[in-house]
Amino acid sequence: MEFQFAYFVDQLINGVTLGSIYGLIAIGYTMVYGIIGMINFAHGEIFMIGTFLTVIFFMLIIGTITFFPLAVLIVLLMSVLLTSVYGWTLERVAYRPLRGSPRLAALITAIGMSIFLQNYVQLLQGARNKPLTGILEGKDDILRVKYDLINTLNAAGQPYLVTISNLQLLIIILTVVVMVVFSQIISRTALGRSQRACEQDRSMAALLGINVDKTISMTFVMGAALAAVASLMFMMHVSTTDFFVGFLIGVKAFTAAVLGGIGSMPGAMLGGMIIGLVETFFGAYFNQEYKDVATFTLLVLVLIFRPTGILGKPDIEKV
Amino acid sequence: MSDAAIRRPLEPAKIFIELAATALIVAALSITLVGFHVKDVPGGFDVVTRFWDVLAAVVIAVVGRGWLIGLREGVPFPVAVTATPIAGILLLALISDWLFGGTLSETLRPILPFNSSVVQWLVAGIAAMFAAVGVTRAARERSAKSVEASEKFDDDAADFMDKVAAGAQRYTAWIGAGLLVVAVVLPFLPFMNLSTLDIAVLVLTYVMLGWGLNIVVGLAGLLDLGYVAFYAVGAYSFALLASPDSPVLQMMGIKEGVSFWLALPFAGMMAALAGIILGFPVLRLRGDYLAIVTLGFGEMIRVTLLNFYSLTRGPDGISKIPPPGILGYSTQPVMDNDTLENTTEFHTWIGREFDQYDNTILLYYVILVMALLTNWFTLRIRKLPVGRAWEALREDEIASRSLGINPTNTKLTAFALGAMFGGFAGSFFATRQTFVSPESFTFIESAVILAIVVLGGFGSQIGVVVASFLLIGMPELFRELQDFRMLFFGAAMVLIMLWRPSGLLARREPTIRLKDPPARGIRRERIKTREGDAPTTDAQSGDDLATGDRRP
Repeated sequence: MEFQFAYFVDQLINGVTLGSIYGLIAIGYTMVYGIIGMINFAHGEIFMIGTFLTVIFFMLIIGTITFFPLAVLIVLLMSVLLTSVYGWTLERVAYRPLRGSPRLAALITAIGMSIFLQNYVQLLQGARNKPLTGILEGKDDILRVKYDLINTLNAAGQPYLVTISNLQLLIIILTVVVMVVFSQIISRTALGRSQRACEQDRSMAALLGINVDKTISMTFVMGAALAAVASLMFMMHVSTTDFFVGFLIGVKAFTAAVLGGIGSMPGAMLGGMIIGLVETFFGAYFNQEYKDVATFTLLVLVLIFRPTGILGKPDIEKV
Repeated sequence: MSDAAIRRPLEPAKIFIELAATALIVAALSITLVGFHVKDVPGGFDVVTRFWDVLAAVVIAVVGRGWLIGLREGVPFPVAVTATPIAGILLLALISDWLFGGTLSETLRPILPFNSSVVQWLVAGIAAMFAAVGVTRAARERSAKSVEASEKFDDDAADFMDKVAAGAQRYTAWIGAGLLVVAVVLPFLPFMNLSTLDIAVLVLTYVMLGWGLNIVVGLAGLLDLGYVAFYAVGAYSFALLASPDSPVLQMMGIKEGVSFWLALPFAGMMAALAGIILGFPVLRLRGDYLAIVTLGFGEMIRVTLLNFYSLTRGPDGISKIPPPGILGYSTQPVMDNDTLENTTEFHTWIGREFDQYDNTILLYYVILVMALLTNWFTLRIRKLPVGRAWEALREDEIASRSLGINPTNTKLTAFALGAMFGGFAGSFFATRQTFVSPESFTFIESAVILAIVVLGGFGSQIGVVVASFLLIGMPELFRELQDFRMLFFGAAMVLIMLWRPSGLLARREPTIRLKDPPARGIRRERIKTREGDAPTTDAQSGDDLATGDRRP
C-alpha cells in the first residue's frame, strides 16, 4: 500500500513536470486560435527552433560562464528573444498576407511553414540528435540535486525512493511564474486589452483604433516566447532534440489546448497538465507504447461529450 | 494598380528604416542557426562558425528588399540597372561552371558564400527574376502611351491566373480528354524510361488519393488531416491477405496469399469500415476540431501498426507482397523455391523476355484506371441526391438540416467513400512497393494529400492533377536537389497559397443551381472588387471552412 502510494506520487511529479511543458506550448496555440481562429500548425516548429537555440547558446557560453544559474538565465533570455523573432516572422510571412482568405489556405501555409522550418533546421544543423548533456558535461549538477519525499520498499523488497529534483521544482515554479506574468499582461496591460478586444470582434476593434495587425503580431511573439521557455525546460528535462521533435509535441500541445477549451489560457494550462498526467500514468500503469493513443482517445471522448473543451465557452452557432 | 501610376514622392527615411529592419530581422533569424553549427565530433561537440553566410543572407535580403521597394514605389529603372549586371555575373559564373566544370563560382565566394550550388542557383535565379521584371517595367514605362495602358497591363498580368482558371473550367471536358490521351499513350512515348514512368505511377497514385480526399474535403467540406490512416488500412489489409509473410496467413497455415484483384475490394471495404468507425463519433464536430481529431486518428493508426507486432510485424513491416497478376498469370519471374509453383509467368505466356519496364507499364495502367474510376465516381455521385446533400451541407449546414438532411449520416457516407478510395490507393501502394511498414504512413503524407487538394482548388478535379504534378512530379524529377527537396516543397506550399489563396484552379460552385449562373456578370464584379477585403465571388460563400472570419 505504502509502495503504491509512493509510486503514484512519483508519477504525479513526472506528470506535472511534463504537463507544465505541454501547457506552456498549448498557450501559444490557444492565444493564436483565440485571436485569429486558425491552428498555427508551425508552432511546434517554433518550439523545435527554441530547443536548437538553447543548445547553441549553451554551447557558446558554457565555457565562459561558470556560474550555472546565470548561464541558464542568459540562455533563457537570448532564446526567448530570438525565438520570438521567428514567431514574428512566421506570422508576417505566412499568415498576414492571407487575412480574410479561405481558412484552409492559412492552414496549408502553416503546414508548409512547418515542413520548411523542419528542413531548414535539418540542413543547417544536421539530422543527428543533439543531446544537451553532452554539451553541459555535468555542469548542471545543481539541477540534479534531489530531495527525498518518501522512502519505502517496493514489491520485491528493494528500497524505493521518491524524490523531487531541483530541475523539477524549477520547471514547476517557472511555469507558475510565467503563467502569472502572462495572465497579468492579458488582464492589465494595454496590449492585453487589445488582444481581448481583437478576440471578441476584430473589425470592431479596428474601428475603435486598435492596430489589429500589431496586436496579432504581438500574440505570435508571446506564443513564441512561451514556446522558448518551454523548450529550455524540455531540453534540461529530456536533454535531446532533433529537427522533428516539434511535430509530436506540437500536436499534443494543441490537443491540450482543445481539451482545456480553445481560446482560454487557464484552459490550455489545465489541458497541458491533463495530457501530461494521462500520458505519464497510462505509461506507468498500463502500456508505455500506447500512451499517445490514450491521449488522443481522451481528446475524442472530451470532444464528443463536451465539444468546447473543459473551460471553453459554449460556441453558439448563429444562422 | 493605380498607385504605380501616380508617382508619389519617395521617402528616403522610411525606406532606410524598412531596409534596416529587414537587415536586423534577417540577422536575428540567421545568426544562431546559420552562424553556429553545433557539430558532433568524436568525444563531444564543436561549434563551426559560418559568419560569412550570415552576412551574405543579410546582404541578399536587404538588396532583395530594396528591389521590392523599388518595384512597389514605381521606380523600376534603378532596379533594372542594378539587378541586371548582378544577375548576369552570377548566372554567367554558374553556367560556365556547369558547362565547363570550372571554378568561377568559387572566386565569387565572397559575394555568394553559401557552400551549396542549389542555393547559389536560387540566389542567381531570384536576381534574374528581379532583373527581368525591372527591365520590362522600365521599358513599359518609357513606351506606354498613357497611364491607363500601363495600368491595364498590370491588371491583365494579375488577372492571368484567374483567366487560366476560368478557361480550365470552361474547357474542362477538352482538357480532361487531352490529358487522358496523353496519359494513355505516355508509357510508349520515346522519352520515357523506367525512372520517369515510375514517377508517373507515383504522381497518379497521388492524383487518386487527391481525388479520394476531394470527396471528403472538396465536396463534403470536412477537413480531414488523417487521410493517411485509410491509406495505411488499405495497404495493410492487402499486405496481410496477399503476402506469404503475413502473420495472419501464417497463423492459418496458408502458404499462398490472395491475388491483388481479389484483395482490392476487401482492402477498400476495410478502409471504409475504418472511416465509419472513426467518423461515427467525431463527425458532429466542426471544422478545426474535426481536423485535429482526424490527425490524432492518423497517429493512432501509425502507433498501433508500429506496436501491434503479432499482427503487423511492427517496424519490420511486411514484405513479399505480390504484384498484380494478369488473368491468373504471375507478372514476376517465378523462382525455383517459390511458393507459387503452379503459376505461369505472364511474359513467357505471351512470349517475351522479362522486362521491368513492361511491369511498370502494367502498374501504370492499373493506377490510371483506378484513378479514373475514382474521378468518374466523384463526377457521377455529385449528381445523385447524396452528392447534392454533401454540397448543401458544405454550403450551409443549418439550412440543410432544416430541410431534413441528416448531417451526421450524410457526412459519414462522404467520409466512408473517401476512405474507401484511400484504401484502394493503399493496396496499390502496397503492391507497387512489395513492402509496407509504418514509416510510409506518417502525418506528412496526409499533409501532402491535403495540400494537393487545397492547392489545386477545392472541388476542381483537374486542379488535383496539376497540383500532384507540381508537388510530387517536379520534386521527383529534380532528384539532384536531394536535401533541398522537402525545403522547396514546404516553401512551394507557402508561396502557391500566398499567390492563389483559394487554389490554383479554384472552383467551388455547386454542381447545380436554381437558375443559370450569370457567369460573366459575376466575373466582372469580382474583378472590380478584387482590391477589397471582402471576397464577393460566388466561390466563397460563407461556410465554416471557406471564410477567414469566425462567426460571431
